[in-house]
Amino acid sequence: MTRRELKSVLLVPVATWAGLCLALAATAAYAFLPHAPVKPVVALVIAAFKVILIAAFFMRLDRASALVRITAAVGFLWLSFLFIFTFADFMMRSAGA
Amino acid sequence: MSQSAQLLHEPWPDRPRETEGYVFAMWIFLATEVLFFGALMAFYAVNRWAHPAAVKQAAAHSDFWFGTINTAILLTSSLTIATADRALEHGLPRLARVALWLTLAFGLAFLLTKGFEYRKDLEDHLWPGPNFALVAIGARPFWGFYWIATAVHAVHVTIGLGLIVRLIILSHRRMLRPRQASMTVTTLYWHFVDVVWVVLYALLYLVGRA
Repeated sequence: MTRRELKSVLLVPVATWAGLCLALAATAAYAFLPHAPVKPVVALVIAAFKVILIAAFFMRLDRASALVRITAAVGFLWLSFLFIFTFADFMMRSAGA
Repeated sequence: MSQSAQLLHEPWPDRPRETEGYVFAMWIFLATEVLFFGALMAFYAVNRWAHPAAVKQAAAHSDFWFGTINTAILLTSSLTIATADRALEHGLPRLARVALWLTLAFGLAFLLTKGFEYRKDLEDHLWPGPNFALVAIGARPFWGFYWIATAVHAVHVTIGLGLIVRLIILSHRRMLRPRQASMTVTTLYWHFVDVVWVVLYALLYLVGRA
């Protein structure tokens, strides 16, 4: 196995996996810290970090074409619409009540 | 006809266009999956917004260790399938085959652990039916979400395992080629299953601790 092959086949995936495991340990530890602030936000931010690591290096978006990257981003864009409209409706109902 | 040309499918004129085509199509499918799980998570978010204390109390009954061990298992399975994909790309089919077998083992370990966790949940009366253990408003929707989301996720894992078994069979028949559609698409699907679990882990197992 050449150096280039070693890096692509083993080093990049193992480094990504190590980053994911560290993030898992960090999020689990923070959840158990007594009186730690903004726990839900920290848990979701670390989850988003893990998703970005998986998408970029495992799903190869780091080397994907612009078309594929835009397609991946559009899924999350529509998800944001789903949440924005859901909460706009829900919070307006609360205000009306 | 060259081996490369034999692997081409209609209507693609060359391998790069073909690869771009199926990766693009797979990401469109994954975008629909994002919305599918997103709708479930919107339900969770509304319930948590409406009943924050009850959801915190209900989530404290989920088993942190089962969830954390399963997260580690699934992350490791993503490592092995990524290695398989890259090994095949670099002309290392033996390594790819070993990595696929490992992915299959990790996937089965995930389902087995999930089965043990379900058994414990049922023993603790956490199925939101007549004998549900919790009384607070908001606890039932939380556990309803837990069962639906994790069961649908387990179905996805099972489908992924079927696809991996297919790849292993192709590998043993020496029919797997670098950047083959089956390999790339299955890899993307398996990583997506991992992505969904990473978010579910934060929503189900990290709430209400300490």
